[in-house]
Amino acid sequence: MAQTPNQRYRVAPLRPRKKSWPFPMNIYQTAVGRKWVMALTGMGLIGFVLIHMIGNLHVYEGPARMHEYAETLRTLGGGLMPRGLVLWLMRLGLLGMFGLHLHSAITLKNMSGNSSEEATLIGGAKKYAGGRQHLAANYASRTMRWTGPIIALYLFYHLADLTWGWWLGDKFVSGDPYHNVTQSLSSLPVAILYIVANIALALHIFHGAWSMFQSLGINSPRYNHLRRGLAATLAGLILIGNLSFPLLTQTGLISEDNRECPINETTGLACLVEQAEGH
Amino acid sequence: MNPLINAKIPAGDIAEKWENHKFSMNLVNPSNKRKFEIIVVGTGLAGASAAATLGELGYRVKAFTFHDSPRRAHSIAAQGGINAAKNYTNDGDSVHRLFYDTVKGGDYRSREANVHRLAEVSVNIIDQATAQGVPFARDYGGLLDNRSFGGAQVSRTFYARGQTGQQLLIGAYSALMRQVAAGTVELHSRAELLDVVTKDGQACGIVTRDLVSGEVTPHSAHAVVLATGGYGNVYFLSTNAMMCNVTAAWRAHRKGALFANPCYTQIHPTCIPASDDFQSKLTLMSESLRNDGRIWVPETKADNRGAGDIPENERDYYLERKYPAFGNLVPRDVASRNAKTVVDAGHGVGPLANGVYLDFSGAIARDGLDAISAKYGNLFDMYQRITGENPYQTPMRIYPATHYTMGGLWVDYNLMTNVKGLYAIGEANFSDHGANRLGASALMQGLADGYFVLPYTIGDGLAGQLGSDPVPTTDPVFTQAIAGVNDTNRRWLATNGTKSVDHYHRELGRLVWDNIGMARNKAGLQQAVTDIPALKEEYHKNVRVLGSADTLNQSLEKAGRVADFFELAELMARDALQREESCGGHFRDEHQTPEGEAQRDDENFAHVAAWEWTGEGNTPTRHQEELTFDNVALSQRSYK
Amino acid sequence: MSNNAEIINVTIKVWRQDGPTSEGRFETHQQAISTHASFLEMLDLLNESLNDQGHEPIAFESDCREGICGTCGVMINGRAHGPQKATATCQLHMREFSDGDEIVIEPFRASGFPVIRDLAVDRSPLDRIIESGGYITVNTGAASDANLTPVPKEASDQAFDAAACIGCGACVAACPNSAGQLFTAAKIGHLNLLPQGQAERWKRTENMVETMEEFFGSCTNHGECSEACPKEISLDFIAFMNRDYLKAKVKNRALTGQK
Repeated sequence: MAQTPNQRYRVAPLRPRKKSWPFPMNIYQTAVGRKWVMALTGMGLIGFVLIHMIGNLHVYEGPARMHEYAETLRTLGGGLMPRGLVLWLMRLGLLGMFGLHLHSAITLKNMSGNSSEEATLIGGAKKYAGGRQHLAANYASRTMRWTGPIIALYLFYHLADLTWGWWLGDKFVSGDPYHNVTQSLSSLPVAILYIVANIALALHIFHGAWSMFQSLGINSPRYNHLRRGLAATLAGLILIGNLSFPLLTQTGLISEDNRECPINETTGLACLVEQAEGH
Repeated sequence: MNPLINAKIPAGDIAEKWENHKFSMNLVNPSNKRKFEIIVVGTGLAGASAAATLGELGYRVKAFTFHDSPRRAHSIAAQGGINAAKNYTNDGDSVHRLFYDTVKGGDYRSREANVHRLAEVSVNIIDQATAQGVPFARDYGGLLDNRSFGGAQVSRTFYARGQTGQQLLIGAYSALMRQVAAGTVELHSRAELLDVVTKDGQACGIVTRDLVSGEVTPHSAHAVVLATGGYGNVYFLSTNAMMCNVTAAWRAHRKGALFANPCYTQIHPTCIPASDDFQSKLTLMSESLRNDGRIWVPETKADNRGAGDIPENERDYYLERKYPAFGNLVPRDVASRNAKTVVDAGHGVGPLANGVYLDFSGAIARDGLDAISAKYGNLFDMYQRITGENPYQTPMRIYPATHYTMGGLWVDYNLMTNVKGLYAIGEANFSDHGANRLGASALMQGLADGYFVLPYTIGDGLAGQLGSDPVPTTDPVFTQAIAGVNDTNRRWLATNGTKSVDHYHRELGRLVWDNIGMARNKAGLQQAVTDIPALKEEYHKNVRVLGSADTLNQSLEKAGRVADFFELAELMARDALQREESCGGHFRDEHQTPEGEAQRDDENFAHVAAWEWTGEGNTPTRHQEELTFDNVALSQRSYK
Repeated sequence: MSNNAEIINVTIKVWRQDGPTSEGRFETHQQAISTHASFLEMLDLLNESLNDQGHEPIAFESDCREGICGTCGVMINGRAHGPQKATATCQLHMREFSDGDEIVIEPFRASGFPVIRDLAVDRSPLDRIIESGGYITVNTGAASDANLTPVPKEASDQAFDAAACIGCGACVAACPNSAGQLFTAAKIGHLNLLPQGQAERWKRTENMVETMEEFFGSCTNHGECSEACPKEISLDFIAFMNRDYLKAKVKNRALTGQK
């Protein structure tokens, strides 16, 4: 007498296993595999954020050096590559990572939601009606699903603001980041928005950078105690660096008061190039 | 010879009996094995290992557990270890020595042939468990470590920190789950056996109740194996798990299986004393603690001073004083009875004056705190959680508690009861421990029966049934059994008395502990024979079981189990009354040496008492299986 | 000495649910109890008085009451197994509470653990995970001598740390995602760390992880599981499992070809 599925499975699977995709795509089919993707893309995105922040420190060297840095990015690959190609490839790579990071996050969240649905007494994430005490989960880990969307929205705003110039309008000068940044961040509401978003980013990185080691299984008893510290340092550096821009613009340390070159896309940019070379 | 109790012990030299028997037994050829269905009830060490092994062999197995998962059986709580005659420590151990120690430890009331077989297969168990990934303790060279245990002068106990039982059970459970995945074993969880079904004197199936839906279902098979553990919970307070019960064995008994030596119950010497009336169970502290702890009581009666305030010369290390050779490592029954003696004499310690000290201060001073904490850390933590006292600073308080029952269903050498096709293995049978079980031998016996004995011997019984189908579950024997189970459940729910099942269980436990506990006497036992049925009658009239039979109903489950305990308790009293001697776990005040040791009567009682059920309200019949000792000379046990 | 038992009065707010599909509700009871009693003995007493008053007792599960069988487990004031660290519900004692406390008791919650009745839940998905690979294939009698393969003490000890798992399901209950990672990782860690477990290592890891995901949520590395675990199993085993899982995907493919 064969056992009916009912006898064997008093609890039916919530998500029966699906047909396997070809390798290596099958890795992305499971949550553990998807966490690998999330960790790897997260690592890439943290790298970007860190380098972006460091690069932006050129703003403290004045408009000419800032322009030179921007120009360097556009001419990466030197004479071998058409101007802007490497930068665009990098952008595509970032976009891909961002897309995967986002997709895995949303689908995994749904999976967890679905696993907690019957547990939930009040809609949304798993809750205990009698309240629950968190022992290990910290503010950062519990708010990943809030800080994530905040960062995504902010990213959109940030691109529209300083890359596409939607909100600066006539004041936007393509190719003159120093000018655009000071213009944008000298407005108090914008500065506040940047500060809030960067705090969210730092929180996200604080948990993400630690969590990454777990997801990737990078685990060695000798170094495990350093993981928290590393995550905190990374998040801290990025927070300090990124917050310095709106704060110092607001206090007037970053300003165009002493600017010698005119502000436009033609003579202005040429002047900046000259200044940089003469440095 | 009594035809009911033919032990079928093979002829020949003790060391060759098992080998010869394996050769002379009928075999079932591999392709025929799948034609046989076997029911295994219980998934502890014995049940899980048997079901897994039978599945591997190709039989179609149905395994039943009333737990939510097979991994929860009470075998899991064994702390200390498992014996095996590996002699890895090179201290002179051998199969024969393990055999000898076990027969002697059992106070010469076990079957030589069974015990020798147990000692033989003990070595295979360690191999099997290690291959399954059981993380036994190892030394720095990566080889297995051993420790010594009560009742032995060699180190032959393999252990896995303080949770050897859990690790061995996980091994057996994983082997079982592998067979479930392979489809050879059909696992029924949360299914409690409520009746054993026989037809024409042969076991043909069981009736179970699904504890979640309340559904009562028949299951038929060619053979039924009971691996349902012991009956220590008859005392209410014991170290057994809350759900341990005698129901499966008892219902089999009522269907004709003989119940052997019910009065042999083991009281474990190192448990945490009860702290109040509401206590639901007692917790055992591994016997291994006696390796390093010293047991003492204050010399002055009713001494209220803290342990630390009692000077060395006012302490009575009574075990070391009375048994210089074995000291604190005397067998369990001896250690327990001595604790009772000193506590009864007014030397008890603790708020209820119901314990003795187990002191580690000497060991800590000798080996250092770290060494002691590495060995016993988890036990110390457990003690502290339960009592709120720190055993590193103040001595532990311990007192004996019921722990294991050597008695059980009578089985022959093939582990078959006198009912054809009905087998009993592990603690559920009576076979290997005589009147007292040595420490670290329960795990050994459970796994020996399940892995290495039953899978062979069951084939011998099945071979003759080739070609016959199991009795269909539509047969009247099944429909009657189902009707009986449903009737009983309805009766419990309709009784509508005033007191809970637990109330009566506790009352029964008190009666049994007072009269059939560590020391028994004629008057008390006679009292028990009349008091137990009286309480039982009140129970049946006045118990209150609420709810319905169609849902999870824990009171209803317990009601049936406690009813069986009542009947068993009466049998225990009768058995203890008729055994006019002291042996192992059965100590009669009337039969002791001038030094207060158990005084056996080999001339009249070197036999197994196997009881036959003769119907409700009738006096059961006592049968005797004579025990012969050709290889171990009968002697007064002495651990001095 | 803490030997002096004290009687405290506590308010019990407990989850009652008649069956798997019934609507549940909270019920409030008062109970006087000695601080020496265990938490479950407090529930025993409450049940006894409920029974005496003609109310059905609260269904809750427990068996060994020694913290090893893993049968017990409820949420107590929002913590799986209650306030005491490294302690299963059955080992929790009332001395952890004070007079006048309100104690909220709920079942372990997760979609993979449907409530059977009151505080009893069905944790059989854990068995399904074991069934899918939580074993070492060795037929009875096929084992070689136990000392033939030395196992480095460190490996054995680490495997033991994982094997200490009692399968109570507190990790799933405590996890905000209802993930079964700690349980699965403990089982995988136990077998994958031992030499005996190597032959099936990759297949086991792949199967067990994928079975786990049929029932439970996705880990976000909060660490709540390890905090709730009565055996304090480390998150490191989850990292170990994650690493082995990716390796398994690559290795299984290399060995057996593309499926």
